[in-house]
Formats: sequence, C-alpha cells, structure tokens
Amino acid sequence: MRYAMAVDTKKCVGCSDCVVACQTENNVPIGYCRDWVVEVTNGTYPQLEIEIRSERCNHCDNAPCVRCCPTGASHFSDGGIVLVKEKKCIGCGACIASCPYDARYPHPEGYVDKCTFCLHRVKKGLQPACVAVCPTKCMYFGDLDDPKSDVSVILKKRKWKTLIPEAGTKPELYFLI
Amino acid sequence: MKEEIIISGRMNPKIDPVLNIWHWEIPLYLFLGGLAAGILFFAALYIILKKEDEFPTAVKKAPLITPFLLIIGLIALLLDLNHKPYFWQLYTTIKIQSPMSWGAWTLMVVTPLSFIWAALNIKEIFPTWDWNISFLKQFEIWCRKNILPIAWITITFSVILGIYTGILFSAFNARPLWNTSILGPLFLTSGLSTGAAAIMLMSKNHIERKAFARIDLLLIAIELFLITHMFMGFMASTQVQIEAARLFLGGPYTASFWVFVVGLGLVVPAFLEVLELSRRKIPVIVPATLVLFGGIMMRFILAYAGQASRWLY
Repeated sequence: MRYAMAVDTKKCVGCSDCVVACQTENNVPIGYCRDWVVEVTNGTYPQLEIEIRSERCNHCDNAPCVRCCPTGASHFSDGGIVLVKEKKCIGCGACIASCPYDARYPHPEGYVDKCTFCLHRVKKGLQPACVAVCPTKCMYFGDLDDPKSDVSVILKKRKWKTLIPEAGTKPELYFLI
Repeated sequence: MKEEIIISGRMNPKIDPVLNIWHWEIPLYLFLGGLAAGILFFAALYIILKKEDEFPTAVKKAPLITPFLLIIGLIALLLDLNHKPYFWQLYTTIKIQSPMSWGAWTLMVVTPLSFIWAALNIKEIFPTWDWNISFLKQFEIWCRKNILPIAWITITFSVILGIYTGILFSAFNARPLWNTSILGPLFLTSGLSTGAAAIMLMSKNHIERKAFARIDLLLIAIELFLITHMFMGFMASTQVQIEAARLFLGGPYTASFWVFVVGLGLVVPAFLEVLELSRRKIPVIVPATLVLFGGIMMRFILAYAGQASRWLY
C-alpha cells in the first residue's frame, strides 16, 4: 500500500478551503497550518500564466525527516504516511531543518506537528479533510499500488510533476499540470 | 520573470518567512563541543606521544575546564529542545543515519571522559585534594595505570565529537549551505584550533606556547584551505548551492563572515602568530582570543545563514 495525493493545478482556484478544513479537522493551533496554497505567476504582463498549488507534507518515500530523527518519533506509518509520535518527539528541530518543503512546524506544546494525510479518516474509509472539502474537486487521494484508485487513474491520464524531485526525497504529492 | 507568491496564511512561527528553528543554543553548543574536543585531543595526543612533561598545560591544566564546557553545552542543547521533558527519548535508541542520535551518544561517552581527565589533574589546582572515598582512590589508581588506553579512547571520541559538530549541519540536504561534506573537517579543524588557542591562553610555559602557536598556524592554514574549497565547491555546484554561496559573496552575511570569521578569526591571528614565531613580542592573549572569537562567530554565522538558504521551487 502506498498512499499518494494528486492536486490538479488547472482546477484549483486557491480558495484555501483545504487549509481551513485541515485546521478544523485536526485542531491545528491558531496561527499554524499543515497545508497551504502557493500561487506561482509566470511571464510578464499581459502574458501571464498562473499556477495554483495546494501544498502539504509530501509523505516522501525517501523522507529526510524520518532519516534524521534521533529518537524514531518521525516514522513511516500505514501506506508510507509519515507521522510523528508526540511522546517520542524531543522537539530538537532536526526534521524541520531537514524538510526541503518546510512542511513541519513546532507545535506550541513542544512536539513537531505536520500533515497526517488524515490517517484517522482514511482508516475509516473517508477521504482526507482537504480532499473531501475541495469545492472544485481538484484533489485525488488513494493507494498508488491499486491501479483503480482515484489517484492512480488520474496520474495515468494526466501529465504531472512533483516538487523538487532533485532533492531526492521521492515525494508522494503530485501536481497535475 | 518568474514570481512565486505564497498566498495562503502559511506563516508558521519559526518556519516562515525564513526558517529560524535553531537559535543561539546550537552554535554555542557546537563551539563548546568543538573546543572541548580540541582540548581533549591534545591532552590525549601528548599522553600517547609520551610528551606530557613538555606540554604540561595541554595535558594537565587545560582538561580541567572541559567538563564545564561540555556541561554548559549540554544545558544549551537542552534549552534548544521544544519538548524538553522528553529529552531522555534520545537515549532509548541509536539511529545510525541520524547525526543527532549518534552525536548524543558520543556526548554520553566524551562527557564522563572529560570528568576523568579533570579528576586526574585536579591536584594542579588543589594540591591538597583528597578523594576521601576509597572507591574513588582506587578508581584514580586504576585510571593512572590505564592512562594509555584511556588516551586512545579519548582521542578517538574527541575526533568524532569534533567532526560531528559539522556533520550535524551537513546532513541536511534541505539547507544547501549546510549540505557540503567539507563542514565536518572544517568544524573539526576549527575545534582543534580553538582548543590550541585555549591551551595557549592558559599556558605560562614559553616553549609550549610557541609549539601551540605553530600548531595553530597550521590549523588556520587548513581552515582557510577548507573555506576556499567550500566556496569553490558551491560555485561549481547546482543553482541552490550557488545561491547559498551568494549569502557570503555579496549577500546579507558577506561583511560578518569575511570580517569576523576570515579576517579577525583566521588571518589576523595567523599573522600575529607568524610575528610571534619570528621572535617579535606579541601578547599571546590577542591571537588566542581572536581564534576563539572567530570559532564562535563561524558557528553562529553558519547556523543562521544555513537556515536562510533553501531550495527555490
């Protein structure tokens, strides 16, 4: 099993519903976020191109955060989802410094917090909060090892990219372009 | 023109707009750890070479301060943790791929060793010192009998500690400025150099001071070579590392790095040491203090500049 997510940059309007849904679902402390929207503008006026991406932890296959964690608090859970065990985390910040996507943050309570792909929902057969709430249905989630999953089907159909593949992290967050 | 704007509310404290997860605690610890590693290295080296009579300060006096250096460093490390009550989790596992994990274990070895070195030489300061407890007396006798193996263990672990302070940074691919394997040898050399400077400061023996001025001069030359090599590597590397080098070549850290680290921390003390070796009278406190100052500045500047360097996507 290998969980992955695909975000359609052509459909995303950057409404930030995914951000709010995540903050609500996961009780993210005020002022913090586990997912966020990036808008990239290309070209010079009037020839402008825009790409909007809903970003979050890439749940990398070769996760530097898991590698550098001194206690094993950062670990691979079901389907390659990268999680943090709060009671093992010493809050040293090594994983935060190791993430090229800056997807982690120190929770005010001390441990390091991040996107969980809503594993608690996925286990119940639900979709992650951000995917479920998206008004343009631009996000796809599922198991890459299952050729019939939403994410496998869309990645076969469409062109896609990952963020900074040259960092060698093997990200599992895909952007349809 | 390519523009990238983050339009969401991602303004996570300590992450945005520039990563600032590590503050003064980490570079201070890296400095103190490197300094302690340097002092213990020379103490063990001259025991192994059987030259303890020629270098009394290096072997007997300087190790006395290493437990204090390491304890202050450990306190700094603890202060740096965001989830302090769980620090003991470090010692529930060894993760070979995590420099922080084996670094923590290295400290577990080096800190007791530093206590042994200090205890063996405590009579240098308190000539009438008596352990009073027979177990401690026996332990002292046992240590003195086995000083050679202890010296070998110390020299090995002091090198590991010294090099680890640099590897801690270089293991992070996400921060291009740190992601160079030169940092390990550079921090080790700098640690040895600050150790030599501390010995020079404490020594009252003219011959020993001159010997350490010579050693320090060699270490400074190696450091200058490694720094040059680091920039050559960056400039010949990928865009992100070119950008990282630019932090020091016209970017915000240019003045502080070249003035405080390279100028005042390396070139000026090297010049003064050359003068001293050519029999001019230079108060030893000046080059030695400058080397220590350069060592601490290098770690502070690299810690902050490294967090400012990033992948551009």
